[in-house]
Amino acid sequence: MNGPFAFTLALGDDALIAAQRLAEWTTRAPEMEEDIALANIALDQLGAARLLLSYAGELEGAGRDEDALAYLRDDREFRNCLLVELPNGDFAVTMAKLLLLSAYQLPLYTALSRCADERLAAIGGKARKESAYHLDHAALWVKRLGEGTPESHRRMQAGIEEVWPYVGELFAGWPQAPVDPATLRADFDEVVSAVLAEATLTVPESAWAPAGGRDGLHTEHLSYLLAEMQVLHRAHPGARW
Amino acid sequence: MSDARAAVAAVVDPEIRVVTIEDLGILRDVEVEPGTGRVVVTITPTYTGCPAMDVIRADIRRAVTAAGHPDVEVRTVHSPAWSTDWISDAGRAKLAAAGIAPPAPVRRDGVVPLTLTVRCPRCGSPETEQLSRFGSTACKALWRCRACSEPFDTVKAL
Repeated sequence: MNGPFAFTLALGDDALIAAQRLAEWTTRAPEMEEDIALANIALDQLGAARLLLSYAGELEGAGRDEDALAYLRDDREFRNCLLVELPNGDFAVTMAKLLLLSAYQLPLYTALSRCADERLAAIGGKARKESAYHLDHAALWVKRLGEGTPESHRRMQAGIEEVWPYVGELFAGWPQAPVDPATLRADFDEVVSAVLAEATLTVPESAWAPAGGRDGLHTEHLSYLLAEMQVLHRAHPGARW
Repeated sequence: MSDARAAVAAVVDPEIRVVTIEDLGILRDVEVEPGTGRVVVTITPTYTGCPAMDVIRADIRRAVTAAGHPDVEVRTVHSPAWSTDWISDAGRAKLAAAGIAPPAPVRRDGVVPLTLTVRCPRCGSPETEQLSRFGSTACKALWRCRACSEPFDTVKAL
């Protein structure tokens, strides 16, 4: 994987798949306010995905636009990290995923806003403001559940432990990329460990570190997600309304 | 101000119809190219996923065409990123009059938004509380006034 195309595609896929997963909560969230929150965060992710995938298509120069990249690729062609394709689980798992994702995207977009590529810098400068709000939202819930009842504490800790192994992949070294994610791990650890400490939760120890998303090797969950996301576009190519 | 500029500046936000795209700071530039007469309008989204952008582009084209300029190009830029600090004083007054609390100023040295007290747009009381961090559009949150008990929207500082 080289150059800004692969990197832009990977970030665009992270945002797109995160958006699709979060949108599954619509009409199913534990309360009305949270339903609106998760849908709005999904919308932000979709907005970032559209900008990144449109630019990826231009960098590739093969005539693929955002829709072609979103709807007409198969699972092995997606480059998102495994974290975003994992099932939503219960609300605690979803908040654990959102905490880790936004604590990764915030320093990533911030670093991107200072990179030499003007288009990526503009996208990073825009998206980081939204990521900061997502991080704030996830942190509030993780603290609330961690410090809540024994049952909410147990489930929040279980949620963190379930998704923690997927953190390693986010920060795998990528020296050719406009921003090497390996340089962001310290920021991530600082933010996440502070939130978990305040939530009276413990940072899991994990030796198992699944990876492969950046090479197109995914969990089976992605295929089902794509089937639902792509079916309309594939059944009615070029449909407009 | 040219008639093209005036026509674009009068386009209202499709989701908050009491303010114009100029009031909100979405409108960045209007240029009439000498010679061709082409009108180039530059806008920026409030949020990356703002679903109103397509309608805003269509409304701009319609307004400029109606003002006698059939050749219109709408460009979308993302840098510098939109800030609620770009909402004009007139825009803030219109929002408040419509029951939507204008945003607090954004702290410049950090990216984490501060939680500041929002004054009730109806009775002016600072005794308010947040009901929901997200609201009816991407740019708003839902609050409630403890003094007059009315719930209200506020534009999130960004």
